[in-house]
Amino acid sequence: MSDEAFIDLAEHIQESLKGSVESYSILAGELVLQVDREKIVPVLQFLRDDRESAFKVLVDVCGVDYPEREERFDVVYNLLSLNQNQRVRVKVRTSENIPVPSVTGIFSAAGWFEREVWDMYGIYFSGHPDLRRILTDYGFEGHPLRKDFPLTGYVEVRYDDELKRVVYEPVKLTQDFRSFDFLSPWEGVTSVQLPGDEKGMKQDHGWTDYRKEKTS
Amino acid sequence: MTSGTAQTSEIIEETHIRPYTLNFGPQHPAAHGVLRLVLEMDGEVVERADPHIGLLHRGTEKLIEHKTYTQAIPYFDRLDYVSPMNQEHAFALAVEKLLGITPPLRAQYIRVLFSELTRVLNHIFTITTFALDVGAITPALWGFEEREKGMEFYDRVCGARLHANYFRPGGVRLDTPEGLLEDMADWTENSVPDLINNLNSLLTENRIFKQRTVGIGVVSKEEALDWGFSGPMLRGSNVAWDLRKSQPYEIYDKMDFDIPIGKTGDCYARYLVRMEEIRQSLRIMKQCLDNIPEGPVMVEDYKVTPPPRAEMKGSMEALIHHFKLYTEGYHVPAGETYTAVEAPKGEFGVYLVSDGTNKPYRCHIRAPGFAHLQGLEFMSKGHMLADTVSIIGSMDIVFGEIDR
Repeated sequence: MSDEAFIDLAEHIQESLKGSVESYSILAGELVLQVDREKIVPVLQFLRDDRESAFKVLVDVCGVDYPEREERFDVVYNLLSLNQNQRVRVKVRTSENIPVPSVTGIFSAAGWFEREVWDMYGIYFSGHPDLRRILTDYGFEGHPLRKDFPLTGYVEVRYDDELKRVVYEPVKLTQDFRSFDFLSPWEGVTSVQLPGDEKGMKQDHGWTDYRKEKTS
Repeated sequence: MTSGTAQTSEIIEETHIRPYTLNFGPQHPAAHGVLRLVLEMDGEVVERADPHIGLLHRGTEKLIEHKTYTQAIPYFDRLDYVSPMNQEHAFALAVEKLLGITPPLRAQYIRVLFSELTRVLNHIFTITTFALDVGAITPALWGFEEREKGMEFYDRVCGARLHANYFRPGGVRLDTPEGLLEDMADWTENSVPDLINNLNSLLTENRIFKQRTVGIGVVSKEEALDWGFSGPMLRGSNVAWDLRKSQPYEIYDKMDFDIPIGKTGDCYARYLVRMEEIRQSLRIMKQCLDNIPEGPVMVEDYKVTPPPRAEMKGSMEALIHHFKLYTEGYHVPAGETYTAVEAPKGEFGVYLVSDGTNKPYRCHIRAPGFAHLQGLEFMSKGHMLADTVSIIGSMDIVFGEIDR
């Protein structure tokens, strides 16, 4: 797929949907549309029904967390057109408290995909017919793929021989969780120039380290 | 008179059957793993099917965010553990796209060869366990013998029968050992075709098998697209779509093969599609084995791939490269990509977001089985309980990839 064909398509979409598509870009040879959150339903409807695009398949919906941003989440919709043999990626921004309109009315496949995003990130989809958790345990608390959720989780399970049932307990680590800082100060990839410099600086990500919370 | 009406109303009350809720699984041999299916039954007819999944959820995506790119590859073997190499392939292609490297030609041939071997093994597994679900035991006994021979090639090329960790960004880990390609050629020409013919004679015109599959779980073309189906589930519904043809990656554009499609969209059509796909995969394997060139199997850029062991014994530079690669790993330029391959079960995609460090910022895994299982609700509605088993069997469900 050539870049020009992408630009033509993007211009066509942008013209037909005035004000809904905020911007478009071509990343690694793939077309990405940044869309207004409130307009996601009409945009996907247009992409599905318009003859020039005909993106009939919703391949995937997923979330991405950028905790340092004000609207921290991206919801990413991957669409596929069999007629045009093209893919397009549609992105909207949202945060913990702002719901995203559900697209289950347009693509049936969105049902479970949105349930998964809700489960993993806690992004609420308004108008979803059955927004339950899907992958995590019954009665699970928290949203595990958020960047501020610890890799080890908060609870662990074991079978209690006396109670004759599975019990939930806070995680106990027999070995400290080790996370090495691999960002070499010599390659100039960070603002930290020498090891130890970071102690004098403000944390540049917007979330607090869960391990510090634990010890205090 | 009054007593008579009271009696009839009593009878009506008695014969009215309340919807019966049935828990199917998670420990059931026909559930293909840990599927818990809550079925609302009207007699023996399914009114509503609510799959409860996630019993095998291991947090793969979260774990990958905390591992280097090299350490992430083994997780892909453990998703769909029936077709490990195809999934490594998707991740390797995604990383290569961000790094801007192309593996050498021999590596591409080896990758396609083993992707197709995996497809043969996967389909043998699916068809035979599907037959087992609907009551035929012999295909499973015969099929698994052949599958075991195929797994031996896995063993010989990477040292593991299942969890290969063989496709790496930049190529494949090691060149094929001596004699392997000859043995594979022998297997594809003499061993598998016999099995396919035997399975064919056991199942294709088998009256019981047809009674259990023909007209069961019919998916129309529109439904298949609406529910995001891919692979044999989509092709069984009369949609000619295969990523190997339409968006060819590696050397698939040089290969000569056909895409089978089913006309009816039922369980039987999906079975037939898989049978033909095995034959087509064997064709691709033969072409790979005939045309495989000599040469390196890894990109020779030691910032991404490890130097040869012999070189490390004498060269300080090589030793440093090796040390850096196996502690810190390589840094991938910031960017994002959605890269998909045609895995045996359907479109397996990786949405990879890199922030320029040595670990993926986000790695979302698009598993084909997840979308397929979602369709179980509409496919099984109005069917008998036993038909639900056929439908699950024809979907090719593996929970490693669905629960991730």
